[in-house]
Amino acid sequence: MKTNYYLTKDGVLRRKENTVYFINKEEKRALPISKIYAIYAYGNLSFTSGVASYLSQKGVPIHFFNNYGFYEGSLYPRETLISGDVTIHQAEHHLDADKRLYLARRFIEGATQNILKNLKYYCSSNSSIEKYIGRIEKELPKIEGYTDIPQLMSVEGHIRDTYYSALDEIFPEEFRIGERVKRPPNNKTNTLISFGNSLMYSTVLTEIYNTQLNPTISYLHEPFVRRFSLSLDVAEIFKPIIVDRVIFKLVNKKMLDDSHFVGELGDMLLSDTGRKLFLQNYHDRLSTTIKHKGLGREVSYQRLIRLELYKLVKHVLGAQEYKPLVMWW
Amino acid sequence: MILQTTIKPMTITGVKVAYYFICHTKLWLFSHNIQMERESEDVLMGKLIHESRYRRMKKDVVIDNVMSIDFVKKGDIIEVHDIKKSRKMEEAHRWQLIYYLYYLYQKGVKAIGVLNYPLLNKKEIVKPTDDDFKNIEQIMKDIFTIVSGKMSPPIKRRLCRRCSYVEFCFGGVETP
Ligand code: SF4
Repeated sequence: MKTNYYLTKDGVLRRKENTVYFINKEEKRALPISKIYAIYAYGNLSFTSGVASYLSQKGVPIHFFNNYGFYEGSLYPRETLISGDVTIHQAEHHLDADKRLYLARRFIEGATQNILKNLKYYCSSNSSIEKYIGRIEKELPKIEGYTDIPQLMSVEGHIRDTYYSALDEIFPEEFRIGERVKRPPNNKTNTLISFGNSLMYSTVLTEIYNTQLNPTISYLHEPFVRRFSLSLDVAEIFKPIIVDRVIFKLVNKKMLDDSHFVGELGDMLLSDTGRKLFLQNYHDRLSTTIKHKGLGREVSYQRLIRLELYKLVKHVLGAQEYKPLVMWW
Repeated sequence: MILQTTIKPMTITGVKVAYYFICHTKLWLFSHNIQMERESEDVLMGKLIHESRYRRMKKDVVIDNVMSIDFVKKGDIIEVHDIKKSRKMEEAHRWQLIYYLYYLYQKGVKAIGVLNYPLLNKKEIVKPTDDDFKNIEQIMKDIFTIVSGKMSPPIKRRLCRRCSYVEFCFGGVETP
């Protein structure tokens, strides 16, 4: 089984035969090539072009993050699963306004349904949450009404704001979000959200690499927002399922204290231990399995992302209409 | 939506003939370059069998990019050999070989086929009849039609469990 490697310290990558080593003053960690699925680098990482081309040749992406945990870029391996048919039809669904709208709506719809699931699950005992659920439910039909992408994006922003206000009702005071501030995150929960969303984006990107989809052709987000904007689209659906649930767990189980953050209100980031704690829980969440009816077996959350991408491939090929994943468990 | 096809007549490979008998969805996906794994266990296994046996034969004869024969033996009559792991897909294997023999026949080469199952220590001789050749022509036409149309909807059967497309075909039906 391949696995994700998270490198939180500064260091060097070296290759010796079929093993890549992560080396710094304190440790020398072996990363056997057949075991690496993707590398997430949070520290300063240096490596030779030999290591880079070896990893690329083996289909291993490396994702780079800065101190805040913001995504900086990826070493995206040479694509081997190319299908002209998929690329052409993926582009067709971007260029045709109606087709693009259909998919853009589905991403928002999926994200919203999963947000509602979270609120209902975590807030069943708190009656003050109901009004937020009601508000979000009222936004849902608007998704079908709006016919241009910026309007859709603003509905989405509105839904997220309402969602965060609802969370503030149940979070302890030190974890209230207030307003969502991204760069730099200004308080603890905004820091966690930014960190998690960047991670989610790269996880989706890794999965896209393992399909025929072209990561630069997107529907909800404009292709120039980020180089791999299809990741942003699909991440919307998975943020509530994966990132937000990790945050709920960390906050509700009181797993976070001041040692997990550095900086002050207004400019905050995760400390080394904070990053490790988050990454560990994120990884656990990705590896958690649930019973999949269609396949008749357990699949991990990470695999659900891949399955979602297969659904997109089938949609653009005209084989089966895309419906977003909504947590059924 | 009409799907344009990029398939040219000459690109019917033996694998496609086999997939025609195994599953039309699989045939379609494979023909449209939608592959699932970079290097599956099955491929590795095939390579191992290949390398450990038949060392003295001329191996991997590729003809016109249409067929890749495992090896050829020249005696009184030319034998085209194909190596397979198990007999589960026997029908598909047989037609794949008949297709190769038909192809060679068109080029003026008369040959017979041998299916080798080294793991089972079994062999099967394939001597195509005129009817077989007529059938293969019809099969080729069918393949063109299937591949140039829309993706054939997947139908769940026992063999799906071992198919690399199973998540592609059935991974999307979980949401009520
Ligand atoms: S999973 Fe089943 S339906 Fe799909 S391609 Fe494979 S054999 Fe055909």
